[in-house]
Amino acid sequence: MVEQAVLEVAYQVVGGDFSQAGDGASRLKRVLQQIGLAPALSRRIAVAAYEAELNIVIHAYSGVLKAKVSPVKVEVWAEDQGPGIPDVELAMKEGYSTAPDHVRALGFGAGMGLPNMRRNADELEIKTVLGEGTIVYMCFANRA
Amino acid sequence: MTYFHSVKLHEDKCKGCTNCIKRCPTEAIRVRGGRAVIDDARCVDCGECIRVCPNRAKSVVTDSRALLKDRKFNACLVAPSFFGQFRSEVSLGRILASIKSLGFSHVLEVSRAADVVASALSKHLLGPNVRYPALSTSCPAVVRLVQVRFPDLIDHFVPFDAPMEIAAYAARQEIKLATGCSDDEIGVFFTTPCPAKVTAVHQPVGQGHSQLTGALSMAEVYADAFKFLPKVTHEEPVYGSARGLAWAVSGGEGTAIAKDDYLAVDGLQHVIALLEEVELGRLRSVKYIEGQACIGGCVGGVLAVGNPFIARLRIARMSQRLVSASLPALDLAPSALTLRQTLLPRPFLQLDANIEVALQKLNELEALVGQLPMLDCGACGAPHCRALAEDIVRGTASSTDCVFVLRKQVSSLAGELMDLAGKLPPAMGRG
Ligand SMILES: Nc1ncnc2c1ncn2[C@@H]1O[C@H](COP(=O)(O)OP(=O)(O)O)[C@@H](O)[C@H]1O
Ligand code: SF4
Ligand code: SF4
Ligand SMILES: [Mg+2]
Repeated sequence: MVEQAVLEVAYQVVGGDFSQAGDGASRLKRVLQQIGLAPALSRRIAVAAYEAELNIVIHAYSGVLKAKVSPVKVEVWAEDQGPGIPDVELAMKEGYSTAPDHVRALGFGAGMGLPNMRRNADELEIKTVLGEGTIVYMCFANRA
Repeated sequence: MTYFHSVKLHEDKCKGCTNCIKRCPTEAIRVRGGRAVIDDARCVDCGECIRVCPNRAKSVVTDSRALLKDRKFNACLVAPSFFGQFRSEVSLGRILASIKSLGFSHVLEVSRAADVVASALSKHLLGPNVRYPALSTSCPAVVRLVQVRFPDLIDHFVPFDAPMEIAAYAARQEIKLATGCSDDEIGVFFTTPCPAKVTAVHQPVGQGHSQLTGALSMAEVYADAFKFLPKVTHEEPVYGSARGLAWAVSGGEGTAIAKDDYLAVDGLQHVIALLEEVELGRLRSVKYIEGQACIGGCVGGVLAVGNPFIARLRIARMSQRLVSASLPALDLAPSALTLRQTLLPRPFLQLDANIEVALQKLNELEALVGQLPMLDCGACGAPHCRALAEDIVRGTASSTDCVFVLRKQVSSLAGELMDLAGKLPPAMGRG
């Protein structure tokens, strides 16, 4: 059997650095366009990846945005070293946010990140360990 | 699909200097065989390469006024930015009169159409089914940029045609009503500040037909109208709305929209940076984005003669001095404003139509990027190392186009030659 073509990418994310927030998602988006995914699908992926990347910037110390692209699906991992999420169910609620005031002043922290990820991804899984970090896994099926 | 382009290269003048390749916002230019080559599928006719070429090897191909002879009636549509080319003491009525004297039977201010769009826009943005942030359709270079580079934002465009098209429709209606003639007896010409509008006339951003017959260079019409100005003894009737005139400058479309819901961005690189944010789902709280390819808006177009900042001031002064208008607002049915064309994506980023092959090429591309020096020197004719890697996997360039890769290969080849030279034929091996 011929091995299916896959592409793996990884972009570093720096906690607290808002000047670069979104660079990883933008680069991922370009890759998806080069592969020729349907615009609507690559847009969903970019939006969700952006929110996940942003959460690392807002809430964690450092991390990495990874993606694995195959013809049938796109998987995205946002892994961080950070405080972890004490109550995932609560964090998933629309509008819930622990973002500090100075972050809100920048226009981030509306509490819509995780709900947006759930809306856009076909699968969403969160693994988190308090005091260590969080892994957000998302999977998008390519039904073209 | 062949694409019409109004930006043309003069091969005899191009020295292959690579100045333009780095400035093209869609990375459409490569230098091949010592000459610039523009990729038809990527170019959005923004005119940036014309601005930066030190050898004047690129220019805008506009239509000739000789076309006026073919028709019984000819209307000149005067862009709002045109007025900014004149000193603010000159009245709009005299400017219109001097343009008309160049051989037109009618003149019409495009700002009359812009005014109608402005009203429709403020209503539309409050209505249902708007995808925020909504995008302006008035700069064709930006519309094309979205078609080629941000195809998933196409449904953010407002459903209105550019004022130029609406004005052309109105001019035709007016002339037909007044003279009873038919459409083919009427020529409608726009005084264009840019190549993008020339292209929009000859190949509209959608698939439909333009209402215009041709686009005349603003610089050329200005030169002749300016010469004629002292001889002008009368004033043409003027519409002269400050809100319509404001469309000449960046930020002018927003006069009818609440300030905090509205964002104006000029310069194609800045437009790109902003659209990248929109793509990531940001800026949903913004209702309308007016993106213009030229710094300062249309007064900054490559065919505008005056300094765009001075032109902005002149427009502001003219607006303040407007006396009561002698022409009524255009009375147009809502259907006359709607974009008659469907905007289709024109994506160019895709490496291959087959996703498996595209993935493979992307892997090769990433590997290639690791071998290139990442100096973005441009000597290979591509704007940066990553673009060369893309060209290589697309099969339009080779890795030895990079001088650094070439040097490495030459030195290893030289090493092999030295080795070979040291080897003697077996029969001579006794020393
Ligand atoms: N990577 C993360 N590390 C720690 N906490 C997180 C992380 N991602 C989300 N959270 C928590 O979940 C909350 C909700 O996240 P989200 O919906 O993205 O809203 P926002 O980021 O605007 O606060 C955050 O305020 C934060 O308390
Ligand atoms: S007109 Fe604009 S898009 Fe076209 S080649 Fe020149 S710089 Fe690039
Ligand atoms: S900003 Fe105006 S002048 Fe410049 S390209 Fe767009 S429409 Fe033409
Ligand atoms: Mg968030």
